Amino acid sequence: MTPPLQKPKRKNPILRTRLPVPPPQARSRYALGLLRGAAQGRLELQECRDCGQVQYPPREMCRRCLSDRLDWKPQPEDGELISETLLRHSLELFFRERVPWRTGLVRLRGGVTVVAHIHADVPPPPARVRVRAHLDRAGQAVLVAIPERDTPNMADDKIMREMTCDPKFRKVLVTDGKTAVGQALVKALAKAGADIVWVGNAEPWKNFPGFDEIKSIPQVTLLNLDVTDQRSVREIAGEIAGRVDIVVNNAEVHRTYGISARYGTDAARAEMDVNYFGLLRLAQEFGPALKARGADGVNSAVAWVNLLSIYALANFPPHGTFSASKAAAHSLAQCLRAEMRPTGVRVINVYPGPIDDEWNQLLLPPKIAPGALANAIVNALRQGTEDVYPGDVAQDWLARWRDNPKALEVEASNP
Amino acid sequence: MNALVQFAKELAAGRIRVVDLTQTLAPDFPTITLPPEAGQAWPFRIEEISRYDDRGSAAYWNNVSFSEHTGTHFDAPVHWISGRDLPNNAVDTIPAEHFIAPACVLDCSKQAAQDPDYLLTVDFVTNWEKEHGRIPPRAWVLMRTDWSKRTDPVAYQNYDETGQHTPGPDSDVVQFLVKERDVIGFGTETIGTDAGQAFHLNPPYPCHYFMHGAGRYGLQCLTNLDLLPPTGSVIFAAPLKIKRGSGSPLRVLALAPA
Repeated sequence: MTPPLQKPKRKNPILRTRLPVPPPQARSRYALGLLRGAAQGRLELQECRDCGQVQYPPREMCRRCLSDRLDWKPQPEDGELISETLLRHSLELFFRERVPWRTGLVRLRGGVTVVAHIHADVPPPPARVRVRAHLDRAGQAVLVAIPERDTPNMADDKIMREMTCDPKFRKVLVTDGKTAVGQALVKALAKAGADIVWVGNAEPWKNFPGFDEIKSIPQVTLLNLDVTDQRSVREIAGEIAGRVDIVVNNAEVHRTYGISARYGTDAARAEMDVNYFGLLRLAQEFGPALKARGADGVNSAVAWVNLLSIYALANFPPHGTFSASKAAAHSLAQCLRAEMRPTGVRVINVYPGPIDDEWNQLLLPPKIAPGALANAIVNALRQGTEDVYPGDVAQDWLARWRDNPKALEVEASNP
Repeated sequence: MNALVQFAKELAAGRIRVVDLTQTLAPDFPTITLPPEAGQAWPFRIEEISRYDDRGSAAYWNNVSFSEHTGTHFDAPVHWISGRDLPNNAVDTIPAEHFIAPACVLDCSKQAAQDPDYLLTVDFVTNWEKEHGRIPPRAWVLMRTDWSKRTDPVAYQNYDETGQHTPGPDSDVVQFLVKERDVIGFGTETIGTDAGQAFHLNPPYPCHYFMHGAGRYGLQCLTNLDLLPPTGSVIFAAPLKIKRGSGSPLRVLALAPA
């Protein structure tokens, strides 16, 4: 049984902070196909459209019929561990620092055999297991065999800790605690065992309903962080960035205009200033400290969460300038992910549909509740996914966008 | 020796004090708060161009942004709908001689300390005149409330769920000052020349409505009014020369006898 994770001792300040070393990253273009499902926590493998063969490892053609008509399809996760190898030595720096390390072969119910990392709670082979597609610290898709049924503290296993970004015992910054989503996030993170939750309190004279309740949570410390103010971001980063393990950037401005419904650029600028430039300022001031602590012990710097919008993928014209600002932030978040990847700090992008708040008052349900969105973000941290599309509208838009972006463009203009 | 040379000598000899009535332009200084769906005045923001670094190795300088009504600022008549059609109603066309004028300082600090919604009245002004003399024509009337001593932005803004609670003039006294005393303008230490609850007065925002409707000016977010005598000081308040500008942040200086 995995022993429960203990609250880590304070860092020994005379020891050098361990540098992040990414796990092996080389993949073929075909192997990168695993990423699409893994980014959302789904196991997907290649299936041949002509003969139905499921294959692993990924290849450019079907190994049975040589067809190149291969589709990535979700697979049943259950299977049997048929052999195990205990890695005791490796020339890869990542594994060298972490041996011994269990790997093995799992025959999935679908008939294909895969290579997987093996959770410590899995009995020796033969054993029934579930195989999960995870992202490792390099952001690459890997397979992990976990026990057939959940075991106590299984998230605390050393292999799982390399795959996930659990907020337990970690120090978290929530950049805006005043919105309904911000308040829900603060509560959810405190409940998930975060050690400290720093909470942005821009324009401190505005005291929104519910905010007093946030102030009374023991882990919470308020900060006069205003993402539109470079000096405030810099000063607060100077104070706390070296201790922040997880940044949750939920600061956003959402106005409900297209181009012709609002004359001038003031509302659109406010959206860009918070939703896009706010992320840029935060990333410049907090990014370096997080990057330096990607391997800093049990509670290392581990994740950067961006609250984006499903409208980042395709413009929702009634909220057209908001969509544009989120598209800009989505693009910048990709840049941040590229810069963070070598350090093991995961950039998690969250693309909700309309949130059930005052700015979406006139939209018909379904709308995602702030609490549900906060839980989806905490779950993403715990499970280690990096692309999150929470709620029915987000899932629906994602499916339509993947299927035919041009069709979605037309559909979105006649909501 | 002309009067200006004499003035310079008095200044150099320390017989004239220069009092800075200006708040520092800083990102955390509050800006007027309006409902979120309304257009918003930008707060002061500052971002480095370079700081002797790879962006410019010899220079430290910044880009700044703000609204015309951010920080210690000047209101021109064109700021309000009542003054929109007056001649020379914008900061670039106001006669420059209007930017230098004497000041009368009305000390309402005790009243404001007891009641954040305190409204200045005609009675207060006429009582003040009994002690200090009649307000001369073309003088600034500055309402001292010591509100600028509230350095915590939360206390300065003083919001609750019914909005802002800060002192200002009532509707009658504004009309009295314009019609009966011919003031050049009205100045306050709070975020606006009107009281925090002035939306509920008649007309809403009477100081804006009547002062600007009569071609008079406003100064707000002033500080150090407690360092001025009730009468006998002169105010230098020249806004930036913004083409068709409705106001601007500015450096407000008072000259007072030492």
